[in-house]
Amino acid sequence: MALTIPDTLYHQLRRHGEATYPHECCGVLVGEFDETGGKAVETIIPCGNTRTDSPANRYHIDPVELVRIQREAMLDGDDIVGFYHSHPNHPAQWSTTDLAEAHWISCSYVITSIEDGRAVLTNSFQLLGPEEAKRFEDEHIEVIEQ
Amino acid sequence: MSIKVLIPTPLRPYAGKQSTIEVSGQTVGEALSDLVAKHPDLRKHLFSEDGKLRSFVNVYLNDEDIRYLTKDATPVKETDTITIVPSVAGGR
Repeated sequence: MALTIPDTLYHQLRRHGEATYPHECCGVLVGEFDETGGKAVETIIPCGNTRTDSPANRYHIDPVELVRIQREAMLDGDDIVGFYHSHPNHPAQWSTTDLAEAHWISCSYVITSIEDGRAVLTNSFQLLGPEEAKRFEDEHIEVIEQ
Repeated sequence: MSIKVLIPTPLRPYAGKQSTIEVSGQTVGEALSDLVAKHPDLRKHLFSEDGKLRSFVNVYLNDEDIRYLTKDATPVKETDTITIVPSVAGGR
């Protein structure tokens, strides 16, 4: 299984992390699931980070943004397939907080490490369930040239 | 009265793989009760053992969080849409 994303969107989500540095950025990946559980990203939607109390190491997307994004995606026949955020001055690896706060089983969680304001590595992790025994699994990112 | 409930991707396996389900009820609570009556596997994913919404599950009536309305007692009308969204958060 893989997360397929056009190069323009891949670079856009990395630039988002650079723009909000030294704070974490966050956003939503909208697209389609295929029969095997793979995902194709068609749109990314940058969101605000509501964790203004600790934006350098925490993120949270306002649920009302998710409601609107989900509604509009479904009108277009698409779905929320994942989320992205950045780790300023920290590896592109999920943390215990990332796992504890992740609840969208089967979706992708994409993390970009930002060092000195520059995007370095971008990794994706698929959240597998059930909720009580959830875990992240490494997921290949296939960047498509457009 | 029939109102629409939008189901997020992680909960669809417990809702007959449907993204939208029509339910009946006069309030949000009745609508959610009808939803879990139709799809019993959803119950434990939406509610804790004491019957309250799980902390990470957000339920919106149109664009309003029901926690800031009158929760389960919030009246619904035919044109309303209930959206279920698990929270999205984390950090290094």
